[in-house]
Parts: sequence; C-alpha cells; structure tokens
Amino acid sequence: MTLPDNWNELTPDERLQARLDAWQNIPIEFATPEVAQAYRDRVQLYRDVLDLKKPATVPIAPWIGLLPFRFYGHTGKQAYYDYEIFKEDWFRFHEDTRPDGLGLTLGIVPGKLFDILDYHLYDWPGHGTPDDTCYQYSEQEWMKGDEYDALIQDPGTYWQRTYLPRVFGAMEPFSMLPPWTDLVEIPFTAPFFAGFSAPPVKEMLKKLAEAGDAAMEWLQAAMVADGSVMAGLGIPQTAGGATKAPYDILGDTMRGTRGLMLDKFRQPENVKAAMERLVPQAIDWAVRSNNMTGNPMVFIPIHKGADGFMSDADFKELYWPTFKAVLLGLIEEGLVPWVFVEGSYNERLEVIADEDIPAHRMIWMFDATDMERAKAIVGKRQCIGGNVPAALFAMGTPEEMDAYVKDLLGKTAQDGGFILSSGIVLDEADPASYLAFIEAGRKYGK
Amino acid sequence: MSGGLKEAVIELREEDALRIADEELQGGTDPLEVVAACREAMDVIGQRFADGQAFIPELIMAGEIMQGITAKLKPYLKADDAGEKLGTVVMCTVQGDIHDIGKDIVVTMLDIAGFNVVDLGVDVPVAKVVETVRENSAQVLGLSGLLTVAFDSMKATVAAIDEAGLHGQVKIMLGGAPVTDAVVAYAGADGWGKDAVAAVELAKSWVGGAS
Repeated sequence: MTLPDNWNELTPDERLQARLDAWQNIPIEFATPEVAQAYRDRVQLYRDVLDLKKPATVPIAPWIGLLPFRFYGHTGKQAYYDYEIFKEDWFRFHEDTRPDGLGLTLGIVPGKLFDILDYHLYDWPGHGTPDDTCYQYSEQEWMKGDEYDALIQDPGTYWQRTYLPRVFGAMEPFSMLPPWTDLVEIPFTAPFFAGFSAPPVKEMLKKLAEAGDAAMEWLQAAMVADGSVMAGLGIPQTAGGATKAPYDILGDTMRGTRGLMLDKFRQPENVKAAMERLVPQAIDWAVRSNNMTGNPMVFIPIHKGADGFMSDADFKELYWPTFKAVLLGLIEEGLVPWVFVEGSYNERLEVIADEDIPAHRMIWMFDATDMERAKAIVGKRQCIGGNVPAALFAMGTPEEMDAYVKDLLGKTAQDGGFILSSGIVLDEADPASYLAFIEAGRKYGK
Repeated sequence: MSGGLKEAVIELREEDALRIADEELQGGTDPLEVVAACREAMDVIGQRFADGQAFIPELIMAGEIMQGITAKLKPYLKADDAGEKLGTVVMCTVQGDIHDIGKDIVVTMLDIAGFNVVDLGVDVPVAKVVETVRENSAQVLGLSGLLTVAFDSMKATVAAIDEAGLHGQVKIMLGGAPVTDAVVAYAGADGWGKDAVAAVELAKSWVGGAS
C-alpha cells in the first residue's frame, strides 16, 4: 500500500483503520461482484473479531502447509519443485474446502532456490528428508557461543560476514569481503571493491543472480496461487508480513535451542543485549513486508518460550520484554500482530495479557493451551483462536472432530473474538476429518 | 568426600561443580562417591522437573555439567566400576523426522538414571531400529517425533518390531510434542512419556526398577 503523506501524523489507531481499509478494499480484479463482496465480508469477519465483536460467522483460518498436496496425491517434493502443481493444488484445495483465510503460502517454499544457494540451515524433500515430508530445521549452533559481541556491535555485518557464509554455501565468499560500512569516502572505495575481483566472489555473484531469478520464478507462481484464490474465491490472505520474537530469532536458527538454553546460564547479559539489539530489526522487517502487501496482519510464530521451555521467571525476564517491545512497535505502526503460539502456554497467559498492550489490537492463536483459561485471561483484551489438535486432524473421526469443534466454539466463540484454526501448521490430515472441521466451524460458528 | 559437589550440581553452578569434582578426584576421593553425588543431584533436579520447579534449560544444563564431570571421571574409573545397568534402551527419532532436542534430553536422562542407551540419531529407517533392538536385546525402545508425519513412521516401526517377533521382548514408548494416548493406540506402542522424566519412569517401570 502507498502510505499517505501525513502518515507520521496519524495515531496508531488511525493507521490501523487505514491499513484495515486497504486490506478490505484490495485493488484486484475479482471474478464477479459476488466474489468481491465475499472477500470484503470475510475481511469484515477479522475486523469484527479483532475488535472483540461477534462476527457474522466465526472465521475459519487453519494454518495450511503441505495438506493440499497430500489431498491430491502429490508429495512435498512436488510442491516445492513443481510450481504448476503448487498453483493448481493450492487453488483446488481452497475451492474444495472454502476456508476464510489463505493457507501459509510462504511455507510452500522453492526447492530450486535452496539448491542454488546450497542452504545448510534446513533439510527439505529431495535434499535430506524423504520426498513426502515438509522442510525441517537442522538444529546446530549456526551462531557460535563466542560471537555475541560481534552480533551486538553490528548485526548487519555479523550477518554478512559470519552468519550468511555459514548457512548458505553459495555465500561463503561474503566472509572475504569487508563490511559495507567501510564505504564512506572516495579513497576507501577502490580497496573495498578490489575484493570483488576474487574468483570465488565473482562466482558467488553469478549464483546470487541465479538465485534471484529462481526466487522470482517462485514468487510469480505464489502470486498467481494467492491471486487466483483471492480473486476467484474471495478468500483473503491472512498473513501480510512476518516477524519473530527476538528470543526465537536467537534460539531457532542462530544459537539453537540447546545453545541458547546454556547461554542463559553462562552468559545471560549477552543474551539480553543481543535480544534488545534485534528488536528494531524485528519491527522493521514486518513494517517493510506489510507495507508492500497492503495487509496489516503480521504472522509471528513463537516457539522457545512455551511451557516447560523455561521457568515463569525466565519468561518474564528473558522472553517477554523484547517480544513485547516488538508487539508494541508493530501496533504503533498500525499493524496487527497475529501470534501463532506453538506448544502450550498455560503458564504464560497472565503475562501475555499485559495491560501495556492496547486492547483489541492483536490476535493470539494457541495450540495445546487450555482455551477456557485463554479466553478468560487473554480473550477479554485480545482476539484469540486456534487449538484444534494435530492428532485429531490426522487420526480422529469426523464425529470426534465435530464434537471437538462444537465444544471449543461453545467455550470460546459465543460472544465473538475468536478465530477457528488448527493448533499447528497442517501437513497432513484425514480428508474426512478436515472437511468435518470446516463443516463444524460453519455449523457451530453462526 | 568433603562435600559441595551435590549442591553445586543441583544449583547448576557449572564452574564450581567441575572444580569441586576435580579437587575431589585429585584429592583421592573414591570416584564412585563422586558418581553417587552426581546421581543424587540429578535425582533432585529430575524431581524438581517433575514438580514443575525446573524446566528444559535446567535439564540441559545439568546434563552438560554431568558430561563435564564424566569426562573427568574417566581416567579414575575401572572398566567394571560402571556398575550394573538397569537395562538397555534403544532410542531414535523416527524415519522422516530430524528433530533431536527432545530425544537427546531423554537419552541423557536415561543414561544418568543408569540405563545402557543406544542412540540411533534421527530419521532412522525401520529396518535399522529392528536390527538394533535385536542385536542389543533391548528391553525398551523409545521412538521420538515432532511432526505428524512421525505418526505413520512410529506405526510402521512398531509393526516391523511385531513382525520380527520382538515385541514380546521389548516395550515401546513414544515421545514428542504431538504424541497423545491416541497416537500410542494408532501406532500400537505400549506407552508414552510427556517429558524426559516421565520417559525415565516409564522405562524403569518396564524393566522392573520402578521407583
């Protein structure tokens, strides 16, 4: 979206309304006026639940991974490498099941791009995991325990010269180049660029250009996939951008779960300083992507603060302060944090219901959390949702699914402020159970 | 033993624990006393975990300290000092899944509890699991997984153990975030543990050493 000239003078609330309006009135050509109306009606459901009002129907927005491809007999490898299959199955799935939100299109990742980049951070089908699985993180200390000072001093340079060469084989030569911040005055320019004459750097630049083309090929497919669902079926994309909690940025793909847990004992001050350093980056990442898509919803999957992963005291002292700073920064910009809470958060509910965070301004989607308590504690200030278990999708009967959704909506959705969704990203489900989930949502969500 | 080691481990004071262990061993303390102090400390941490007073970082840090002390003990221990093992457990993350954090914690806790643990790693083919259970005459098999794709791999692994005629000898436990009673029934396993402490208790109960 194009921000108006007076953007900086707008209040966070005015910014939010401007962003929601832009999302609801997305400038695309719909198949028919009826589809256009269906799109606007669906966005209205989210506007209503965000405002803790009772929507016309409870929005049904499951997190979708490889499920569509499984539905139509394709593998993860096909989804990641064959963009015709990606586009066709994605549209067909949404047409056949008619949810109120698009699945996580960004999660259907481009295998060809990772082949070019020689991406070490993950395994994916055709590259380390069996053909019919999703991509999986390869847990290691990608950032070493003695690199906090470098990270804290200058995250950009740390990424360029240390982290990226380690996680992308194709970017190894970045470690040979000086930091970009050297380029400040004419006499220093030639010494800086001399590094680009090294054969490995030249080779890298060629590969990065190839990677750019591969990324663009995928992006065009993803835009067609999303565009056909939005314009043809009137189903909005629910994730307009993404970011992460600073603790998870460190723990997920830098220090690793184990590394960061040990750092908590061995160098707690460095962990805190690094997280604080990452707050502006985390906000800026979302603002840029959400401005581009014109959709105010910020997808934030959170992981390492779940029950059992740390004590309550550590959650309050280590995890929450910088995450809260990110949430407040996003809300200030008129964005809507849409937090996907993986695992269980029963011990965290009182903390995340923080009164410093303005009410009616964000969405908490839970997985294995007690939803009655979540409703009572968090749901009185913010929209909540989620919770239908992975095991029920994979192994439950349609009758069990119907009963679960009925009970869940009975506990949480009667006065609004609730989004029906899966507790996790769905890579597989018994088709009958999945359809029973959608039907039960329609039946009991009125 | 002049003391302090058990407390240092319980309080997760890594440097103190390693220094005291060094001092004790160099001062002539029986290494088996050092082992016993560590085991007592780990029991306390395990109990705190079960009571919701300690969490995964505390288990991992304790495991790290134990590894450090074990390395120091090695030159002092005779081959037969390891003592009688409670039994043999084969552990793995099942085929198609490469998540290892949960499995690794269980491996550490089983090891500290006195089991002989054979850790096959992640993404382990069914045939490899069967072969390892047979070769080691394992009493317990632990199958871990984080993804829902693991349910089918767990089921296939249990089926292969059945087919090999080994299910009479080995009991099979499941673990991982999405595991429930329903997954145990689906896979045909014998039980599941919601965390590492529960897994150790389950394994102990199966080999007749329930505490």
